[in-house]
Amino acid sequence: MKLLTHNMLTSKCLKGVSVGYPLGINATEVTTSVVDFDPEFISRLIPKLEWHALKQASDIIGEKGYLPEALIADYENNEEFLKKVHHALLEIEVVSGNLVCPETGRSFPINNGIPNMLLNEDEV
Amino acid sequence: MIKTGNMKRYLMWFANENIEFRFPEIQSILSLLNIEMKFIQKPDVTEPYWIVQFNSEEDVQQVANRSVSLKLCLELWADSVTIEDLHSQLKQYPKQFYERYFSPDETFKIELETFCRHLTQEEKVRKIEEFHYLPVQGSVKLKDPHVCLQYIEYYGTDPNKPPLHPYCVFFGRWVSNGLRQLIRTFSLKSRKFIGNTSMDPQLALLMANQAKIAKGDIILDPFVGSGSLLVAAAQFGGYVLGTDIDYLMLHAKTRPSRKKQKVREKDESIKANMQQYKLSARYIDVLVNDFSISFWRENLKLDAIITDPPYGIREATERVGTEKKDFTVSEMHLMTHIPSKIAYGISSIYKDLLVFSSKHLKLGGRLVCWFPIFREDYREEGLPSHPCLKLIANSEQILSKLTSRRMLTFEKMEEPPENQQEIKFNGILDFREKYFEAREETRSEKRTREAKLRNQNKIEYLKRK
Ligand SMILES: C[S@@+](CC[C@H](N)C(=O)[O-])C[C@H]1O[C@@H](n2cnc3c(N)ncnc32)[C@H](O)[C@@H]1O
Repeated sequence: MKLLTHNMLTSKCLKGVSVGYPLGINATEVTTSVVDFDPEFISRLIPKLEWHALKQASDIIGEKGYLPEALIADYENNEEFLKKVHHALLEIEVVSGNLVCPETGRSFPINNGIPNMLLNEDEV
Repeated sequence: MIKTGNMKRYLMWFANENIEFRFPEIQSILSLLNIEMKFIQKPDVTEPYWIVQFNSEEDVQQVANRSVSLKLCLELWADSVTIEDLHSQLKQYPKQFYERYFSPDETFKIELETFCRHLTQEEKVRKIEEFHYLPVQGSVKLKDPHVCLQYIEYYGTDPNKPPLHPYCVFFGRWVSNGLRQLIRTFSLKSRKFIGNTSMDPQLALLMANQAKIAKGDIILDPFVGSGSLLVAAAQFGGYVLGTDIDYLMLHAKTRPSRKKQKVREKDESIKANMQQYKLSARYIDVLVNDFSISFWRENLKLDAIITDPPYGIREATERVGTEKKDFTVSEMHLMTHIPSKIAYGISSIYKDLLVFSSKHLKLGGRLVCWFPIFREDYREEGLPSHPCLKLIANSEQILSKLTSRRMLTFEKMEEPPENQQEIKFNGILDFREKYFEAREETRSEKRTREAKLRNQNKIEYLKRK
């Protein structure tokens, strides 16, 4: 699971959960790989991201402080910054671990890089 | 409107299959690339060619570089119903249109393509030699010449009884081929990971074109299976996501789909397919997830959704749930528990899909999906519909005498109300009831027929005795 995906997921569908965002991450195996960099794609993506969630996830899974607290101004023209965001979003991958609902603590296992978001029949 | 500047006519030649998908595909491509095209001759749906105008040759090339139904495109110099007339037209073709292609430093070749009739090499050479009057000055080069001139003889679409003389003949300068070669590249035969319901590559590419996928778009297939639609989406520049309820499918632990294969290879996966096709940069993720329970953030906006939902024939239509009251899973069993599932009817699946799409598509974004049909029952009002989604295209692929499926293209026209409960949905046709009924009938018919035959044999046997 990439951090881009993590940025888009919530556990709001669980009973009694009001926000469910961002999901916590417990990682037992993380890999990084090289993915072709497309600055246009990243610039287009940035306004759609929840920055604080990405920053938090990157601090936990990647290197602490790798991304700044707040989104910088004029990021479209800052290639170095775009590359960092690219790395955080697409190159770091949680291979195994858990995603955790911040309100109920319900955890969702990740294995082989694939999160399992199936609920049990008593949860739906 | 087409500017008057470019008076050239272009001949677009299509593959003679998936005919209903041709026009919607080209329309989607024109709209995606913002290119204008005008018919000079009203196209006849039974013929595999169109005669059209474009603003520039570059436009023609761009369209051809996206089209899967298109075989090739010519700048049309002459066309006729007789060969003699074609030659006399060509002899009068204004010099300013062809001069620059005939200069001494332009290498060239003339090619003959016949449709639905086989000619021997000698016959072909003889026919090509008839163009000897063309004032070409460059030298002939068979491989990658600067200019490729093409002569086409069209003998209809029925290869079993071609007429003696062609119905029409065309001559022009080759401009571009379509994307037919991708069908081979993405063949399921050589794909690493496939499932029982993997989509034919041609249809998958057509879907990606209907979805108007552009470079850098984010695309979701919520019933992703083996990910065959994601391959097509990524080929056109989409970054792809998928979900499926089937854990074993996404982890490639289901029984192998190839007859000869005993066990699946260890490294089969959707991701591995992306690597096989050098598309892994555009692979985001797949999740095990029941579509009826969304984990996507409320304000997530997708550029397109392309999907083939389960019809319940070759795979189950299910969602997580139970009919038992007050069911709980004990703490002890929680880790290993596989949730039970309940039926997820066709009309609920499509209603959920349209509600989801109306919420998560960007404005102008498209949903492209298949919808199963019991042919006798088909009526457009029975198709899924939603007030915020406009049905753009609807093309039928016939599967059997009784059944077909339709590729539906919807475009999001406006944001839906906060509370979609209030939207009234029309009745969606559920083909399964009829499908199974019909199958039952043939099964019991078969039983009766077999019983009758046994009986007859018995009587004859007794007679002979
Ligand atoms: C027709 S297949 C899609 C095949 C796919 N296009 C491919 O390339 O393999 C439908 C898929 O929907 C999945 N499915 C069925 N019910 C589902 C649900 N409630 N939520 C998500 N996926 C579901 C099935 O597991 C199956 O893989």
